[in-house]
Amino acid sequence: MTEEKHIFSMLVDNQPGVLSRVVGLFSGRGFNIESLCVAETMEPLVSRITIVTKANRPVIEQIEKQLNKLINVIKIRDLTGPKSVKREMALICVQARADHKAEILRIVDIFRCKIVDAGMKHYIIEVTGDEGKMKAILNLLKPIGIKKIARTGIMSLFREPN
Amino acid sequence: MKLTGAQIMMQVLKEEGVDTIFGFPGGAVIDIYDELERTDIRHILVRHEQGAVHAADGYARASGKVGVCLVTSGPGATNTVTGIASAYMDSIPVVIISGQVPTHLIGNDAFQEVDIVGITRPCTKHNYLVSQTEDLPGIIKEAFYLARSGRPGPVLVDIPKDVANKNIDFKGTTKVKLKSYNPTYDPNTRQLKKTAKLIENAKRPIIFAGGGVILSKASAELTEFARKTQIPVTTSLMGLGAFPATDPLWLGMIGMHGTYRANMCTGACDLLISIGVRFDDRVTGKTDAFAAQAKIVHIDIDPTSIRKNIPVSIPIVGDCKISLNHLNRLIDNIDLGDISKKREKWFNQIDQWKNTKPLAYIQKDVIKPQYVIDKLYELTEGKAIVTTEVGQNQMWAAQYYHFDQPGHFITSGGLGCMGFGLPAAIGAQVACPDKLVIDIAGDGSIQMNIQEMATAVQYSLPVKIVILNNGYLGMVRQWQELFYKKRYASTLIEHAPDFVKLAEAYGALGLRATRPEEVETVLSEGLSSPKTVIMDFIVEKEESVYPMVPAGAPITEMLLV
Repeated sequence: MTEEKHIFSMLVDNQPGVLSRVVGLFSGRGFNIESLCVAETMEPLVSRITIVTKANRPVIEQIEKQLNKLINVIKIRDLTGPKSVKREMALICVQARADHKAEILRIVDIFRCKIVDAGMKHYIIEVTGDEGKMKAILNLLKPIGIKKIARTGIMSLFREPN
Repeated sequence: MKLTGAQIMMQVLKEEGVDTIFGFPGGAVIDIYDELERTDIRHILVRHEQGAVHAADGYARASGKVGVCLVTSGPGATNTVTGIASAYMDSIPVVIISGQVPTHLIGNDAFQEVDIVGITRPCTKHNYLVSQTEDLPGIIKEAFYLARSGRPGPVLVDIPKDVANKNIDFKGTTKVKLKSYNPTYDPNTRQLKKTAKLIENAKRPIIFAGGGVILSKASAELTEFARKTQIPVTTSLMGLGAFPATDPLWLGMIGMHGTYRANMCTGACDLLISIGVRFDDRVTGKTDAFAAQAKIVHIDIDPTSIRKNIPVSIPIVGDCKISLNHLNRLIDNIDLGDISKKREKWFNQIDQWKNTKPLAYIQKDVIKPQYVIDKLYELTEGKAIVTTEVGQNQMWAAQYYHFDQPGHFITSGGLGCMGFGLPAAIGAQVACPDKLVIDIAGDGSIQMNIQEMATAVQYSLPVKIVILNNGYLGMVRQWQELFYKKRYASTLIEHAPDFVKLAEAYGALGLRATRPEEVETVLSEGLSSPKTVIMDFIVEKEESVYPMVPAGAPITEMLLV
């Protein structure tokens, strides 16, 4: 059976140990986590967790049901597909040799990124976008020399009806 | 009113209807024990915390109430883990209250500190670390509510010493409200109608019931359903007793050591109505081949059980009792026609399987373990509560003791936990003082919690222990015989205590039978004694449990005697 990538977004009780329950479920049952992203919502007692996972159809169904079964998971939605907005942010530290600086700045401009730290030999670029954009910019920066990278993992929200 | 955490706890326990606690004291729970002593809640002092959880488990299954145990921090808490895991696998409502070091010491590797909430996270339905006394009453209420509602299970509440000590203003408890937890009890009517339609058209239907039927107290509804539709019934190990084994529609147990006819029916049926089961690998064998010709209906309260191991045609999330009730009313309005004629061919086929390959053994000059269970069934008229250890003893008990009522077969099904039977029997006997409670044991597994003999004798619990003594860890030996060319690696028990003397040392009665003609006498004497009794039966050393489906093989491919 072919594996599909799914994005689950869940509202959970903002309490100690809740993330451990979610993550423990994945490790204990042999599910896989591609990325994970957690923060408080407007309601201080509630956090939102976004998990990207890859599995075949029946396992995806199990993952959703098992997450739903956790007492601290208030609500879970599968945000896979075009009905949701997905974004990721990355901080990319690139080598900035003199003969590369113009090229880097051009890429930053094309991808509407920001330089958030600059030195004699490096730039740190802040980039936000969907999966495709991330892939594209990383492909372009790779030959120039990526020193370090930090990514948030995907966050997602359903689009509101008009 | 100013009350300490421990005093509040006692109030809430009373409110939840707790009359018995199985436990073992220690530093972190001294305050709680001090309060417990002043209530009329009965405390059963076990000899090891694992025994406390198994006893609470046995108590829960025999009484239908929530079992409760109380242990101290650190080793007290870690000793409960096996018991909790067993209750979790079998969905048994148990609340485990553990003491914890004071809050200011948590995380400091304090004396007898362990992160029991972290350890038991994957084997409890839910667990709590109570960080302030104000939260205590609400959490205990929630723990009981979670343990008994939906798909039941164990819930652990970890209480730091200072939380139990602190005085607060207590204004009483409020009703539990959990926004994130709302089990689906009512089944989808459309799915039920589709099921009724399938029943109408099925030629070779069977019912496969499990522990869920017992947990939701749906045996009467199941029996009504099967008789009305004339559909034969098999159950999992956990479902034994959900349907009367003396009914002509009874097929025997399904699975690795199920009856020939039950397993063959699974292969041949065109409709499999599964109720309160989770399709364990010991039931399905090779999943692709399981009920391959059948449309499968699956009723269960836990959505994760559905389509976890087996694809199903009609998934129904709901309580077994409510679902069966609905289904029975639907069936009432359908004309099933001349049902006995409709089933004639199917029943003939089943009879043929039954007659050609029945459960069988030949009793010669050495005691056969099956013979002991046969006699036990006869002498107790099938009315005893039977607990088991794990292994061959458990399978023979399941095959040869025939259960007509729910709550009478108490076994560690999912976890397969040796050492379960004796403490579980203690719990069952506490719950049902007037019932005959028997632990069917092996000489290997009885030694895993033998210390609970002292508990049974201390509280004058007349539990009867039947040891099928073959000098081996028999089930593993059987696998070694069949699949490892008889290399009996570490399965021969080279030294065992004299169980008769051991019984006497504990203040119990010890009896032994070495020859077939002694079996009945020993059983009669043991069963009629008012004391705790160990009956040691020296049985055939290399007897195996048959039928047997090798692990991973299709369920219809059985090794037979």
